[in-house]
Amino acid sequence: MHFEYKVQGGDFARAGLASSQVKKVLKQLNVDAKLIKRVVVAMYEAEVNVVAHAYQGTINVDIDTERIVMAFSDHGPGIPDIPLAMQRGYSTASPVVREMGFGAGMGLPNIQSNADEFKITSVVGKGTNLEIIVYLNVPQE
Amino acid sequence: MPGKMKLNQVIEVLQAKVVCGSELLNTEVEFAFASDLMSDVLTIQADNLLLITGLANVQAVRTAEMSDISAIVFVRNKKVNDDMIELAEENGMVLIECASSMFKAAGQLFAQGLKPVY
Repeated sequence: MHFEYKVQGGDFARAGLASSQVKKVLKQLNVDAKLIKRVVVAMYEAEVNVVAHAYQGTINVDIDTERIVMAFSDHGPGIPDIPLAMQRGYSTASPVVREMGFGAGMGLPNIQSNADEFKITSVVGKGTNLEIIVYLNVPQE
Repeated sequence: MPGKMKLNQVIEVLQAKVVCGSELLNTEVEFAFASDLMSDVLTIQADNLLLITGLANVQAVRTAEMSDISAIVFVRNKKVNDDMIELAEENGMVLIECASSMFKAAGQLFAQGLKPVY
């Protein structure tokens, strides 16, 4: 199954719509609730990141019996120092983002801890690509 | 069962007001987490969690949706808006408005046996 979602930078009212739709699909597929939570928490954090930092982005979601792959590709300022961005508590979020309850420097580390595979690449001035993979057939604790 | 509370008990203890989901007040919660920071809420693993927050916007409800949180208490007299109600109804969630401070509300629920997540 393939889904594609467009995300607009700054559009906080709609931030989370894509994650919400993926959650509904995974529920229909009878995926374990703990796995669904890992997938959608990671996806939602990443979706909020695009809204918070980029101008626009695309999310491609592929689901098969083995795994779910969520690929985020955005046009935006990019991340100059990824190891720094991965540190808990480091954030460049604007006051508007903080008012929405985000921008605490928890997003990327939390995505990584919910993902089985996590790849991030970024070009300053162009944008960021993030791939999150969660395996669906692994029993959850 | 000790340590668990039904939402209608939560409302009684807090003298709070149900804004939506009044048909779901028999739902039990076991844990509570109090935060205005949704980034922190998204790191919580516990099930049967009640969210206590002063952040009254649609992202608080979205965060609850992603985290399988079925009830939110909005403290400090924050008001729930129509967009929040719509999203909560779509997801079978209970939204509660409470005039108390976060400290008072959390203290009252802790005294009743609701558990912290850490």
